Amino acid sequence: MTLFIEQCLNGLQFGLLLFLLAAGLTLVFGIMDLVNLAHGSLYMIGAYFAATFAAWTGSFVLGAVLALFATLLVGMAVEVIAMRRLYGRDHLDHVLGTFGLILFFDELVRLIWGPEGMSLPLPSWLNASVQILPGVQYSAYRLSIIIVTLAVAAFLYVLVMRTRIGMLIRAGASNREMVGALGVNIKLLYTLVFGLGAALAGLAGLMQAPILTVQIGMGENILILAFVITVIGGIGSIRGALVAAIFVGFLDTLGRAFFPDLLRMMFTKEVAATAAPALSSMLIYLLMAIVLVVKPEGLFSAGQK
Amino acid sequence: MTGWFTARNIAIAALLAALLLLPVFAELAGNRFLLTLFTRIVILALAATSLNLILGYGGMMSFGHAAYLGIGGYAVGMLAHEEVLTGFVQWPVALAASALFALIIGALSLRTRGVYFIMITLAFAQMAYYIIAGLARYGGDDGLTIYKRSQFVAPIDLSNKVQFYYICLALLFGSIYLIWRLVNSRFGMVIQGVRSNDLRMRAIGFPTYRYKLVCFVIAGTICGLAGALLANHTDFVSPAMLYWTRSGDLIIMVVLGGMSSPFGPLIGAVALLVFEEMLPFMIKLLGTPLFGEAAVRGAEYWQIVLGPLLLLVVLFARGGIVGLLSKVRS
Repeated sequence: MTLFIEQCLNGLQFGLLLFLLAAGLTLVFGIMDLVNLAHGSLYMIGAYFAATFAAWTGSFVLGAVLALFATLLVGMAVEVIAMRRLYGRDHLDHVLGTFGLILFFDELVRLIWGPEGMSLPLPSWLNASVQILPGVQYSAYRLSIIIVTLAVAAFLYVLVMRTRIGMLIRAGASNREMVGALGVNIKLLYTLVFGLGAALAGLAGLMQAPILTVQIGMGENILILAFVITVIGGIGSIRGALVAAIFVGFLDTLGRAFFPDLLRMMFTKEVAATAAPALSSMLIYLLMAIVLVVKPEGLFSAGQK
Repeated sequence: MTGWFTARNIAIAALLAALLLLPVFAELAGNRFLLTLFTRIVILALAATSLNLILGYGGMMSFGHAAYLGIGGYAVGMLAHEEVLTGFVQWPVALAASALFALIIGALSLRTRGVYFIMITLAFAQMAYYIIAGLARYGGDDGLTIYKRSQFVAPIDLSNKVQFYYICLALLFGSIYLIWRLVNSRFGMVIQGVRSNDLRMRAIGFPTYRYKLVCFVIAGTICGLAGALLANHTDFVSPAMLYWTRSGDLIIMVVLGGMSSPFGPLIGAVALLVFEEMLPFMIKLLGTPLFGEAAVRGAEYWQIVLGPLLLLVVLFARGGIVGLLSKVRS
């Protein structure tokens, strides 16, 4: 039972982390109609920045904050230099152009930080476990990830639904020409939105950094997951991204933890041992295929424009 | 028609002649690597050509095309592992397995459109990747070495490198011809009509879903053939063959060469792979007078040039290399 609670929390934590990535993707998708494969690169850059700044300043929190702003700046620079020229183009062009950016960023990171990975050590006050329920211990760091991401989700909700900027973002999503004609600086708005997405990706990367090693290509696997989530949730819908992200996080974590045992109960040991790893990594993709077949526009489609 | 002697046709003819004469040149120059490289290029060009059928002519943006490469390759690899060595079984199985996979994922994916289609084909390819990576009997993540290439009757010997090259080249030209005939047939016209406007094609009575599905299966089958060839070429198959970045490479080849042009994918494959081989040398050669030692070190990081270059092609050369050549007045 303890294991189950722990795995559930892990699933929630992973799901919320994925939400950070998916939220940025879905914002950029929904508002600029841009397929951004390079989103994973921003995640990677966030992690590298955090590891570097934390080593410089000697403080984890300060490093994280600096990394967040640095990723925001990199994102805005990428938007101004490259992405801006891709708006209104074919999706194929987006896929190809941003695929080129992935190659560029991977090499750039290799050039600057070298081919071997980095690690980001946790400060002692985070590297502890806390008692969340009587008799159940849980990692303080993972718990703080859950808290931070929930706060970010709430912030995003307020930003998009309750502020003037959010109103412009939503207006820009439904009709960009009209918003531009009404005198809003749509270019600046897009740069800001892209920067926001980049910062969210960077935040996900720097929070994941102490759990995994910081390495080249770390963004590519998780990018596909984030895409799966945006598609399941419905492109452009932040609410959909949140629901789908938590669902995928649970499915992935619990699948990996308990699926092999489940198979062992039904089949022989050998069958379970060979099939379980493949099947548990497949579960998410299977979920996505089923969702798309049943609801080709995703669960929470933002509606036809 | 401005006659046959346009810059584009001359370039294509020169490329085809060069490909035909390549083994002779490699023999004369004593450069074995050249033949290996170009066998690989021809095989990947075959895969890109099949992708062009759905991507260029059909407007179906599949981001999971490498899956067939892996399925075709693994069909050969697994059968070889089980000591079924004859190519008369291996290759039909490779084609049938790819066709079946294309039929299933096509039937499901073609219900969606646009970005969703890109993503669902990607998801299916990733599923295939994880299934194959999980096959412990066939090497799992580490891949599977093929000790004997596919066996055919007497004069055909795939272990002979020159002969294997010509077999690959013949299959490539055959497929290009097949696809060219196909897209200019009634079927191809319907497919191209669907690319322009699915709704209108349906309104005038074509069951577009079925047409697209058949097109999708044909492309998958041809790519499965490329997979079987690739397995024989490298004597090794691994899950990396169908990782999603490989699908990205195939799309790059098609777009770089020129979409919806019969020879575009071939040109793209040659350009991309030769460029990949040449770029480190080029950086070294051009950079050394300017930057000295730094250029030699920089040559290692050639992808840093390739990435932005791709972006530039997307931004400024929409028709790819074929499009650029067509603009040149002879």
